[in-house]
Amino acid sequence: MKSAAPLDRADVRVRHDAGFGGAIRGFIDRVRSGDLGSLPVVVGLAIIWTVFQTLNPVFLSSNNLVNLLFDCSTVGVISLGIVCILMVGEIDLSVGSVSGFASAVVGVLWVNSGWPVAIAVLTALAVGAVAGVIYATLFNRLGMPSFVSTLAGLLAVLGLQLYILGASGSINLPYGSGLVSLGQQWVMPHVVAYGLVLIAGIAYFVSGYRTATRRRRAGLTPPSIAGLLVRALVLTVAIELVAYYLNQDRGVPWMFGLFVGLVIAMDYALRRTKWGRSMTAVGGNREAARRSGIDVHGIYTSAFVLCSMLAALGGVLSAARLASASQQAGTGDVNLNAIAAAVIGGTSLFGGRGNAYSALLGIIVIQSIASGLTLLDLSSSLRYMITGAVLAIAVIVDSLARRSRVSHGRA
Amino acid sequence: MTMIREETPPPGDVVLSLRGICKQFGAVSALTDIDLDVHAGEVVALVGDNGAGKSTLVKVLAGVHQPTSGTMTFQGKPVALTGPNDALALGIATVFQDLALCENLDVVANIFLGKELNPYALDEVSMEIKAWTLLNELSARIPSVREPIASLSGGQRQTVAIARSLLLEPKLIMLDEPTAALGVAQTAEVLNLIERVRDRGLGVIMISHNMEDVRAVADRIVVLRLGRNNGVFYPDTSNQELVSAITGAADNAVSRRSGRRATQQDVTGGHRA
Repeated sequence: MKSAAPLDRADVRVRHDAGFGGAIRGFIDRVRSGDLGSLPVVVGLAIIWTVFQTLNPVFLSSNNLVNLLFDCSTVGVISLGIVCILMVGEIDLSVGSVSGFASAVVGVLWVNSGWPVAIAVLTALAVGAVAGVIYATLFNRLGMPSFVSTLAGLLAVLGLQLYILGASGSINLPYGSGLVSLGQQWVMPHVVAYGLVLIAGIAYFVSGYRTATRRRRAGLTPPSIAGLLVRALVLTVAIELVAYYLNQDRGVPWMFGLFVGLVIAMDYALRRTKWGRSMTAVGGNREAARRSGIDVHGIYTSAFVLCSMLAALGGVLSAARLASASQQAGTGDVNLNAIAAAVIGGTSLFGGRGNAYSALLGIIVIQSIASGLTLLDLSSSLRYMITGAVLAIAVIVDSLARRSRVSHGRA
Repeated sequence: MTMIREETPPPGDVVLSLRGICKQFGAVSALTDIDLDVHAGEVVALVGDNGAGKSTLVKVLAGVHQPTSGTMTFQGKPVALTGPNDALALGIATVFQDLALCENLDVVANIFLGKELNPYALDEVSMEIKAWTLLNELSARIPSVREPIASLSGGQRQTVAIARSLLLEPKLIMLDEPTAALGVAQTAEVLNLIERVRDRGLGVIMISHNMEDVRAVADRIVVLRLGRNNGVFYPDTSNQELVSAITGAADNAVSRRSGRRATQQDVTGGHRA
């Protein structure tokens, strides 16, 4: 071992991708071996946007994109929960019902019983948590496959939703209240939007810079500062441009800000905490995780509870978006859109692979399709068929990429 | 009935000592009166046919099973293992036959799985340094610790599993069939690895069906047969004698052993091989 080489660069067999050309070469290698990351989504989004923009020039207008972001936030939050449960290799098919039930709980408690809105929302979240605990108990104690228990939950919770909504079947939430304004109107002041993007860009650079410094001090090869700076700059400028474009209309919805905040928090939790590492391990090899002393049952419970709570929150947000809690809330394509978004975004159905940003990217794809088809005035029958086809393509890409990763030894 | 031979000076202090360990599963006696000593800096090979009780013994030592009777002494103190965590806390590490690695995680994450530094903001730099230190101590040839386990060969994975078991600074390390799935070169690598672990002063228990491997690294060979001790041998014992002890098939081995028992003398050193 040469004393001059850093610890992690001592082996001659490893090619070290340094500098700009190295970064590109590494990226191509990863993609070829099936480690696609966000590439399929970005390509897919480009195709979808081009097609819809040529068919209807309104599609990429500021106004439509702001609406798109409002719509993304509700199902997006549900999809974030799906990412959580997919990480441990399980599934929750009842997120739609749980979200509908949560919106009904808010409607009944807040509007019909006159509870303070905050308490009503917290109760709805608690109801979601209870659903998660039940699924986790069935899974951990009785070994019931999550596929079956949540399918049963889908029906049972839908029944509960219809029961508490009673004969009327629909409760209107008061216009002008904070919750409905959040769902329909509130947007960030333009300066705040620019400022938040700038802060995020600076935080991205600073955290990367600190990592690089620590690695250099510890005698490991630091990532390239120039590359980091370029990435941070490109990302910041690109997102600032998007914010500028959205500000031509109403601006960036606060609800979307909340969604992105949750995504960032989840990303940190999954990548940088022991909990997240344990989630990935349980999803990859449950028995190995158990023998490493990880509380496997606890991890499953946290995944189920988090998924159901985020589903409940998504339900509350969609009630705010629609200003009503109805029997239709959470039915239809909510379930599938949430799951499809996570998978399209790159979270594997097979467990152990995925990231929080897949919920964000995936839901933008799904909502773009929905919005584009609505603008073209196509019937919902066609919309279902096309969304179904996109989901099928996403899963095929996932399966093929997985096979390729196995043959290239990248798990 | 066993002979604990102490005529050659032991390489180090006795790390682990078992006396009269029995384990019954209902009416079946999986282990009967097992005696076993492991010294620091010594490789003890545990051999025996299928059903001889090797795995049961390892599970008893790993805290997975609790013995029905018998005493276990670890570093001079009597201990009782009530669960896997007790064994880990004492300093008994186990490398399982299937290695129990997460293929989707990289080498560092696997080594530190369940013992991550700084749980709320993982200290990746310190963990990577420690991982390299452990791997270098084993003279392991892992190209990069940031590659997922799936990209490593069988021997490299074995190395990672051994490095992980060393993380908690154990006194005793148990390897279940470490070479079973490996090719010639990789087997040699793992055997080198075992010798390096021994040279660090750890007690090593190795289970194997491969007599060549056993003979290559073991300082002592403990034979189990049908849940009982069936003699302690040294690497220069002939293959035939070992096989006889393991299978109990050849009459001459049995008679030799009874002869040994009568005289209570060293049999394995001089007149064979």
